[in-house]
Amino acid sequence: MNAPDRQITQADSAREARGVGARLPFVDGVEKVTGTARYTADIPAGNALVGMLLRSPHAHAELLEVDISEALATPGVRAVITGDECDVTFGVIPIAQNEFPLARGKVRYRGDPIAAVAAEDEATARLAVSRIRLKVRELPAYYKAEDARHPDAVLLHENKKGNIEREVHHEFGDTAAGFAAADLVREETYACAEVHHAMMEPNAALASWDQERGHLTLWSVTQVPYYTHLILAQCLKMEAAHIRVIKPFIGGGFGHRTECLNFEVICALLARAARGTVRLLQTREETFLAHRGRPESHIRVRLGMTREGRLTACQAEVVQRGGAYGGYGLVTILYSGALLNGLYDIPAVKYDGYRVYTNTPACGAMRGHGTVNIRFAFESLMDGMAAELGLDPFAVRRRNLLQAPMETINGLKVMSYGLPGCLDWVEEASGWKERKGRLGRGKGLGMACSHFVSGSAKPVHWSGEPHAVIVLKLDFDAAVTILTGAADIGQGSSTIITQIVAEVLGIAYHRIRIVANDSAITPKDNGSYSSRVTFMVGNAAAQAAENLKALLVAAAARRLQVDESRVEWLGEAAGVAGDPDRQLAFPEVVEEALVGTGTLNVKGTFTCPPEFQGGKHRGGAVGSTMGFSYTAQAVEVTVDLDLGKVTVDKVWAAIDCGFAINPMSVEGQVQGAVWMGMGQALCEETVYENGRHMTPNLLDYRVPTILDSPDIRVHIVESIDPNGPFGAKEASEGPLSGFMSALAAAVEDATGHRFTALPISPDKVFDALHPRPGARKAAARPAAQPEGAA
Amino acid sequence: MKTILAIRVNGRWREDAVAENALLMDYLRDGLGLTGTKQGCDGGECGACTVLVDGEPRLACSTLAHSVAGRNVETIEGLARDGSLSPIQRAFHEHLGTQCGFCTPGMIMASEALLRRNPAPDREAIREALAGNLCRCTGYVKIIESVEAAAATMAAAPAAAMGADA
Ligand code: FES
Ligand code: FES
Repeated sequence: MNAPDRQITQADSAREARGVGARLPFVDGVEKVTGTARYTADIPAGNALVGMLLRSPHAHAELLEVDISEALATPGVRAVITGDECDVTFGVIPIAQNEFPLARGKVRYRGDPIAAVAAEDEATARLAVSRIRLKVRELPAYYKAEDARHPDAVLLHENKKGNIEREVHHEFGDTAAGFAAADLVREETYACAEVHHAMMEPNAALASWDQERGHLTLWSVTQVPYYTHLILAQCLKMEAAHIRVIKPFIGGGFGHRTECLNFEVICALLARAARGTVRLLQTREETFLAHRGRPESHIRVRLGMTREGRLTACQAEVVQRGGAYGGYGLVTILYSGALLNGLYDIPAVKYDGYRVYTNTPACGAMRGHGTVNIRFAFESLMDGMAAELGLDPFAVRRRNLLQAPMETINGLKVMSYGLPGCLDWVEEASGWKERKGRLGRGKGLGMACSHFVSGSAKPVHWSGEPHAVIVLKLDFDAAVTILTGAADIGQGSSTIITQIVAEVLGIAYHRIRIVANDSAITPKDNGSYSSRVTFMVGNAAAQAAENLKALLVAAAARRLQVDESRVEWLGEAAGVAGDPDRQLAFPEVVEEALVGTGTLNVKGTFTCPPEFQGGKHRGGAVGSTMGFSYTAQAVEVTVDLDLGKVTVDKVWAAIDCGFAINPMSVEGQVQGAVWMGMGQALCEETVYENGRHMTPNLLDYRVPTILDSPDIRVHIVESIDPNGPFGAKEASEGPLSGFMSALAAAVEDATGHRFTALPISPDKVFDALHPRPGARKAAARPAAQPEGAA
Repeated sequence: MKTILAIRVNGRWREDAVAENALLMDYLRDGLGLTGTKQGCDGGECGACTVLVDGEPRLACSTLAHSVAGRNVETIEGLARDGSLSPIQRAFHEHLGTQCGFCTPGMIMASEALLRRNPAPDREAIREALAGNLCRCTGYVKIIESVEAAAATMAAAPAAAMGADA
C-alpha cells in the first residue's frame, strides 16, 4: 500500500475532510478542548489509597537498614514496602536490566526510590514516609563521566568495569585513506548539557489489585503499554494474562515514557501489598528525577573535505554521562554513531562511543534519540570548514547528497530522499542568498540539516511477531471500530490511523471509532517511540482496511448478483459499474457481509523485512529503518550584544515526510520539534550539585515561553517513500536535531563567534562578546581564525 | 476543619463543606470532579491550572478555595454552550492549538479572559496574555493561530462571543 490514491468519494457533509492528505482535526480533539479528556490523574477512583515514595537523600550509598516499623504502625497506613518486595531487576533492554523498582542493597542517585507507602490520605502518607529510618554507608559518588571513568573509581554496577555501560568502536570504509585524500581536515570538540523532556503532564499511575482473582489493572502515562505489561509480569512474578494495562489520555512523552518507569511498578506493588487501589501521583520534581533525558555529551569530531566541499572521511568520539541505570543507554550510544550515516554521502566513518554510569538520574530516549548532539557537532564543523573553503553552507551540503535508493556503508537503507527539495525551499523562503551575512551586526542567519528513522526496523523485543497489528471490527451497526495498541500520547497517532482506514474504505468518519489502548481489548503494539507508528501501524491499518474492503466488495457482489469485478466501490455505497440504478448503501452491504458469519474482525499486519534490519556488525540493528525523514532549516536571530541574549526571530523548516497524511499535524509536529530544539539550544539544562538536582521545576529548568517563541514556517516535501503508507514517513523527531547548529551558525553570523557548547545561554554569549581578564573561558571560538591546518 | 464554601462554579451556585486549607484546584478536581483543570507543576510554574475568577485568569493551584468565596469561578467545563464548543474551543480544535491537550484547558481559559477584554488582540497581546502558560508540544505557533482564528470568528458573529456568565 503505497501509491497515493487520494480519490475521495462523496463527502457526507461539507465540514468533513476525508481520507489521507486532509487537514483533519484530531479525532480526540473535542475531549481535549472541553476538559473531558481523562488523563491518568483524572480517572475517578473514590476509594484509592494515596501512594508516596521515600527517595534517597544520598547519591551513592550502601543501604544497611530500612526500618519501616514506625511507618507501618501509623494509623491510616495500609502498606509500606521496600526493596524486599521485589527482587527482580527491570529495564527496557533485555540484556541491560539493572534497576530494581525499590533499591536493594545500594542507592545510586539522589532520588533513587527506597520505600513506598499507601495510606488513606496524603497527610498520613507524608507522615509515614517521614517515619522511615535509614542506615547507610556512603560511597564515593561521581557526577561527571570523566570522574566515573577514573581507574580508581568505585563501581556503580559490579559487572561494569570502569563504569562503562557500553563501548562502541566501529569503522566503515577506510578513514585513514579518506583523511589522506582530503584537502582540508579539521577537528573540534563540542559539549552539550543534559536536557529533559518536561512533558506537561507529570508522571502518574493508578493500580487496582483484585484480591479475589489475583488480577492487576494499571492505568499509566506510558508510551509503551506493552513493555510496561511485560515488566509488571516480570517484577510482580505474575502471569501476563492476569494483568491489564490501560493507557488513558497522555500529556506528552517525548521519550520520557518509552520504557517502563519505576513508579509504575511501585504503584502496582503497593496496590498488591495494600490489597486495593493505589493512586501514585508524582510531583514535577519527581518527574524530573525519573528523567530519561538526553545525556550530557562530550563530542570530538574530525572531518576531511576536498576543496570542492566533498566529504572524504569522518571520525567521531562521543562520551555520554548516562546516569545511574542502563535504561536505553546502549541504544543511545549506538545511535550516535549509526546516524552519522544516512544524511550525507560519506565514504568512511569511524566512531568511538562511551556510555558511562554516574550517580545522577538515568538518561534515556529523548526526541531525536541519540542523534541530536552528534548532529549539532557534525553540522557545526561542516559549516566551519565550508567557510574556510569559501563555500556556502547550502552548497557544501548539496555537494554531499545521497542518491536513493541506496545502502550506507554501515548497512542502512535509504529508500527515499527529499533533502534536495528541502534545501531549495529553505534557501528560497529565508531569502538566504540576499540576506546571509548582510543582516548587520547583532542579526544573523544560519542553516542545518538533519534526519531520523521512521521506526526501528528491528524491535527491542524480537519475538517473531509482525512489527504492527491492527484489528478492525465491523458489526450490525455498520460502524467500524479500529482496535490499536499504538499509544496516542498527543502526537495524533489515532487520527492518522483513522484517516488511513477512512481513505481505504472511503466511508464517513462518523462510522469510525478508534480504541487506543487497553491490553484487554486492543492488539499488542510495541508503542510510540522511534517515530514508528505512522509508518508501521499505518501500513498495518491500510492492510486491515484493504482486507475488510475485500470482504465488503464480495458481499456487495452477492447482493447485487454480479461478478466482484463489476462492483464499483464508492465507500458509503457500492454499485454496479456503468449502472447507476443498482446501488447499495453501506449499511446494506454490511448486512449482507454479516450473513452466516456475524461480526467481522479483520486484521492487518506489517513487518519490516530482514534486509532493512541493518548491518551484520554488533549493534548493527540500531539506526536501521525502512524510511528516513529529512529536514533542512534556517534560523534567524537577533543577539542583544550588551546582554548576550539570543532571540530567535523566525525559523523556516522543510521536511521530507514522504507524504503528509495530515499536513496540519505534520506542521504541528515540525513546529514542536524545532521549538524543542530551540529550548536545548538556548536555555534548557539540568544542573546537579553534589548529585542534587538543582533545577527540578519549570522555572529553574527553563523551557521557552510563548514570549520567547518565534514563528516557525513549515514546508512539506513529499518524496513518496516506496514502503511507507501512501508514501509517508516520520515528521516529529528529525526536525529537532538540526536546530542547534543552525542557531549556532546564526549567532556566528550575528556576532562572529561560533559557540561549541550548549545551551548558548546569555552568560556564555556575554562572556564571549565581552572578554575580560580572568573571565571564565567561554565555549566560543572566533570564526575568522581556524586553528591548525590539514 | 471544614467550613461551608458558597461559590458560583460554571454558573451554578453551590454550598459545599470544604477544608479551610483546601486549594481551589483540589476543590474543583476532587470535590466537584471537574478534572478538566490540570496540575502540571508543583505550584505556580506552568499555568495548566488556569481558571477564571470573576473573568480574570487565576492559578487554581495557588489559590485557596475559601479565598474566592462568593465569587464566580469558570473552568474549561463551563465554556461550551448548549453542548457546542465555544469559539475558542473550536478554534483550538480545528487549528490544532492542542496536541496532547494537557496545557489546553489553561490555555483556553487564559485566551478566554484575553478575548473578553480585548476582542481583537494582535500577536504581541496574545503572547502577553499567554506568557504564563507553558506548552511543550506545539511550539505555540498554532496556539497563536487558534486565538487569532477565534477572535476572527467572534468578530464575524458577535453573539457567539458572549462569554459565560460574565
Ligand atoms: S499547576 Fe502549574 S501553575 Fe498551577
Ligand atoms: S498541547 Fe501538549 S502541552 Fe500543550
